[in-house]
Amino acid sequence: MTEMNDLDQLEAQSIYIFREAFNRLDKIAMLWSIGKDSNVMLWLARKAFFGHVPFPVLHVDTSYKIPEMIEFRDRVAKEWNLPLIVGQNKAALDAGMHPSQGRVNCCSALKTEGLKALLAEHGFTGVIAGIRRDEEGTRAKERVFSPRNDTNEWDVRDQPPEFWDQFKTDFAPGTHLRIHPLLAWTELDVWRYIAREGIPVVDLYFAKNGQRYRSLGCAPCTGSIASTASTVEEIVEELETTKTSERAGRAQDKESEDAFERLRAAGYM
Amino acid sequence: MSNTPLKIVVVGHVDHGKSTLVGRLLHETGALPEGKVEYLKEVCDKRGMPFEWAFVMDALQAERDQGITIDTSQLRFHTGFRPVLIIDAPGHKEFLKNMITGAASAEAAVLIVDAHEGVQEQTRRHGYLLHLLGLSQIAVVVNKMDLVGWSQDRFNEVDAEIRAYLAGIGVTPTHVVPVSARGGDFIKARSEAAAWYQGPTVLEALDGFAAAVTAHDLDLRFPVQDVYKFDARRIIAGRIESGRLKVGDKLVFSPSGKSAKIASIEAWAGSDVTVVSAGAGQSVGFTLDEPIFVERGQIAHLAEAAPALAHEIKARVFWLGRDPLVLGDRLKLKLSTAEYHVEVAAIERVIDVEDLGSHQGAQVGRNAVAEVVLRSRSAMAFDTFGTNARLGRFVLVHGYDIVGGGIVGGARDTRNIFQVDHQVTTESRARANGHKGGVLWLTGLSGAGKSTIAMELERRLFQKGWQVNVLDGDNVRHGLCRDLGFSHEDRTENIRRVGEVAHLFAKAGMLVITAFISPYRADRDRVRAIDASAFHEIHVATDLGACEARDPKGLYKKARQGEIPDFTGISAPYEAPDAPELVLNTEGKSVEETVAELLVYVENRFGRAAVETLSA
Repeated sequence: MTEMNDLDQLEAQSIYIFREAFNRLDKIAMLWSIGKDSNVMLWLARKAFFGHVPFPVLHVDTSYKIPEMIEFRDRVAKEWNLPLIVGQNKAALDAGMHPSQGRVNCCSALKTEGLKALLAEHGFTGVIAGIRRDEEGTRAKERVFSPRNDTNEWDVRDQPPEFWDQFKTDFAPGTHLRIHPLLAWTELDVWRYIAREGIPVVDLYFAKNGQRYRSLGCAPCTGSIASTASTVEEIVEELETTKTSERAGRAQDKESEDAFERLRAAGYM
Repeated sequence: MSNTPLKIVVVGHVDHGKSTLVGRLLHETGALPEGKVEYLKEVCDKRGMPFEWAFVMDALQAERDQGITIDTSQLRFHTGFRPVLIIDAPGHKEFLKNMITGAASAEAAVLIVDAHEGVQEQTRRHGYLLHLLGLSQIAVVVNKMDLVGWSQDRFNEVDAEIRAYLAGIGVTPTHVVPVSARGGDFIKARSEAAAWYQGPTVLEALDGFAAAVTAHDLDLRFPVQDVYKFDARRIIAGRIESGRLKVGDKLVFSPSGKSAKIASIEAWAGSDVTVVSAGAGQSVGFTLDEPIFVERGQIAHLAEAAPALAHEIKARVFWLGRDPLVLGDRLKLKLSTAEYHVEVAAIERVIDVEDLGSHQGAQVGRNAVAEVVLRSRSAMAFDTFGTNARLGRFVLVHGYDIVGGGIVGGARDTRNIFQVDHQVTTESRARANGHKGGVLWLTGLSGAGKSTIAMELERRLFQKGWQVNVLDGDNVRHGLCRDLGFSHEDRTENIRRVGEVAHLFAKAGMLVITAFISPYRADRDRVRAIDASAFHEIHVATDLGACEARDPKGLYKKARQGEIPDFTGISAPYEAPDAPELVLNTEGKSVEETVAELLVYVENRFGRAAVETLSA
């Protein structure tokens, strides 16, 4: 047996987190944004549970997702036999919610409120989400097991201590936990792992005509970046040298200096 | 070169410059996203405040308003030698739980001290906690040297002050580096400002840290995390905390003592790789060859290297609860994947991290450190922190919250007595314990080494998970035989009582070791007669000359001077056994060698192999 390398260590730790969540919480579900990170999560879950995904996989559909994403979702869900649940804030959509009414407003209504409704409907006490510390300053502050109060809010000022892999798994009725198995991964780790394991991702990540998506969201708010990286290996190479931030293409973060923090405190992923 | 980043934590008193140092390190190593510094400078301009390097870390609106870093962030850079993951732990007292969250996952630490203010309360507290969390690699950075005019005398004062404190807790800093984080002196490049300083820069000091070693070489510890039955397989899942396991290994699960062999190490469907062994750090799953009862919290290990088992542990805890910890508090203790309900049985001392003094205390306040005894309703399986840190540390939970953490010093006692229940047979006790009960009767002259051997044997067996207890000559005379003297009649009665008690314990499944001179053959034979099958007479055959030369309690001297009447070997007879089960010749041997010899005998007569021969 050789020593474990950094990807082996990240994988083992994420599997440990998945198993803790599954054992300690009554009713859990995993968010699937169709992005690369949540595909890696699905892969890790199947490793953790020996080929099974023993909880529902949730997709909050804003109706504005790029069509390729929805095609990918339906194909993979079928192939891996995933217990998929799709939720949508129909009331807000019927009332005409669109990024033109303010990007943060739109995100709050369609994603945050859409998720809240889905959680309430099914009574989930734990939600697994694929956020990473290196994505953004506020996500850097997160815990692996992160409590949310009864209105789904995150209190960044008073987070529980978390050490020695002893996670907060006790919480008051009415509250729930966000579980973040990829918190310690970087964007580069994710791509190196995708390359190593051969994990499928949406084609939108690969460059066409000098442009590719680095982060995927809704069509109106997600921009592509200039890139010639058209394979997983080329993306790894590109990321090893870049200094631009990953969410640079996500418009909702930039409405004000602390837009993203306010989104998160209110219950955004 | 490894891709695995070295995890370091930066700690120290509030305002001594942690965030500034980290911001500088990121800048000097080219780790900041393009435009980040420019963006922050722009924000500062808009607000009419001067730019600070610390703002790089303080990504939150709340922090910029309050001017205090409130939580641990994790940021990365590359020293040129290796990647580093830096955890910016805050210094404000309110946020000690955040500092612990950060520091507990680090492999090394940078402790920052303000050159002007010198060592402060949080400097000491953080230093102490780092040590308590098991971090021994600490580099000290003396910051704001520009504000003291790069005075070598002032640096030497602070250097001496911090070294003295750390020495008090057994830590030697790897380096003490004078810097100006704001100006960038001695962060990456050397500086003209202090030609007198010949030591490393901060980056060089970081390169000097050793990476954590995986616990491959320690005994196997596999805490069961879950048992899955998703398909036809019944998979025992968990992470190997230390050591290795392979297909065919016979595992024992503590505290239940049940055992079975690993039939297969499971991969996930879709993978056709056959795995036959796995090591520390891996999250794995395996199946067993027998359908024994296994549940979360049990620790799988090899029979010959068991964790300790006890109802009471001595521990050093740091308390984070809002209300103080008081005697009698009931808490949930989480050690690896196990949970135990414990009660605070004693608060032995509360440690003052300011002067490292200790005092008796009825309670432990928030953010304080104390030595306590925790008593569990059920037996706890663990290692001491020094033996195997991963199985020797725990957190305490009250209500919904983690309110403290601690490290295990050891078992408070070795008592682990089964209730006498006549439904339970001797055989089933032996199977549950993994060994037979019995009486190991050590006899020999005063000073022969009986008690020393007995205590060491007890410790060794207890560490292997045995139910074992020593009845010692001096100790029973404080209680059970308090009313007896040293006349022939009294000695006979003393031995009779001890013999009865020893056999009762043996029936309850324990291995009892006695350490009595027991000079009269007839007395020993009566004890043997209580249950001959359980009685093993061990003659510790150190001769009179050697015993008298040792005279550990000064008794021979007194006896020779006639101050002690009826002293065995001098003024009273010692009747050596005719046919003891074992003779231990201690001459020229260390205690360890003698105990090793005795351990082999005990394993053969009482151990796993002996249990297997019992009728089912």
